[in-house]
Amino acid sequence: RRMAGSMELPTKGGFSFDLCRRNAMLEKNGLKMPGFRKTGTTIVGLVFADGVVLGADTRATEGPIVADKNCEKIHFMAPNIYCCGAGTAADTEAVTDMVSSQLQLHRYATSRESRVVTALTLLKTHLFNYQGHVSAALVLGGVDVTGPHLHTVYPHGSTDTLPFATMGSGSLAAMSVFESKYREGLTREEGIALVAEAIRAGIFNDLGSGSNVDVCVITKGNTEYLRNHELPNPRTFVSSKGYSFNKGHTGK
Amino acid sequence: PQIFEYNGSAVVAMVGKNCFAIASDRRLGVQLQTVATDFQRVFKIHGKLYIGLSGLATDAQTLYQRLAFKHKLYQLREERDMKPETFASLVSALLYEKRFGPYFCQPIIAGLGEKDQPFICTMDCIGAKELAKDFVVSGTASESLYGACESMYKPDMEPEELFETISQALLSSVDRDCLSGWGGYVLIV
Repeated sequence: RRMAGSMELPTKGGFSFDLCRRNAMLEKNGLKMPGFRKTGTTIVGLVFADGVVLGADTRATEGPIVADKNCEKIHFMAPNIYCCGAGTAADTEAVTDMVSSQLQLHRYATSRESRVVTALTLLKTHLFNYQGHVSAALVLGGVDVTGPHLHTVYPHGSTDTLPFATMGSGSLAAMSVFESKYREGLTREEGIALVAEAIRAGIFNDLGSGSNVDVCVITKGNTEYLRNHELPNPRTFVSSKGYSFNKGHTGK
Repeated sequence: PQIFEYNGSAVVAMVGKNCFAIASDRRLGVQLQTVATDFQRVFKIHGKLYIGLSGLATDAQTLYQRLAFKHKLYQLREERDMKPETFASLVSALLYEKRFGPYFCQPIIAGLGEKDQPFICTMDCIGAKELAKDFVVSGTASESLYGACESMYKPDMEPEELFETISQALLSSVDRDCLSGWGGYVLIV
């Protein structure tokens, strides 16, 4: 007996909607749709004298519970372009992975370093096509032949080009730090310190952000990904006795 | 009623010293009525790779069948078993493909990679991967499991000690959850 469906055919890529009818029927019968893991985040970027600095916290939430205390929100796009993602975790990961592969193919075809505006256009077109249902809010930054660039991308596909930007649930806390202390022509150390301070503001004042600070510094010809640059929330409440169960304690 | 609480489930995986443990409860219910007390939620992909699927039981079984199918084809083509990291990406892609009409399952993948290094990861129902170095939990009892594992876990445990720890964490958490229980099924590799 053959099963009609996508099992035997190779997938053509893109989304498949074959479970939608069943899910709509379940919803009509009263079952509530589940929530997805969000990154409930603070992500920031700023342009300094020699390039851009991106920063992010590391907490992934599933409703009120912390699902991952140390997740990576700064995604690789190209050796000279990185992207921070807020919103639904699966969407930010999938969309950044997809655009990153497209950029690599483009690099092979053109034999040139990728430009930030290329990544920007690819992202905004994809997100606009899905009319905001792909819930990814991104801070895209990089340095290419035309200089340093920093952009924000919203889930519906609109973009802004800014000297400093924040996104996510902690964006207000981080923006307050930037608005008071940002000036043009910061040095690398000042840039990193300001980004770390903005993320810390998000971590301590926003409930959806927490744990550690990740920083990424992109300059012409060099990128440094400082994973866990600061750990302002170390685990200090470890019980020294710990739990130990004797062998055979758990019965058959 | 919530869709994840229709059948009830609890799955947890922990990393030990050159080994891993994956455990699940055994209850299958239809909301508050128990229908089976020996339901299997942890499935074998190959000798060193297991997947536990919590959430809606029918989607768990369908998803396992799809994944076993894909892995068998992979074995035929590549003449070897899939690495856990690769398998995790496969599951993530399969779930994200159904982004707007998802499978109501939260997988936990546990395996031994190169040089028998343990690998565990979990995902939400649309494939957002979360790698962890210590433990991963999912299911209706996940909140209690987070608490139990956070306190009971120690790094680099030997297989016997890991068995005790994961069993106690699972049993104490499902005791605080009406929708999961009726014993546990623990696998140490």
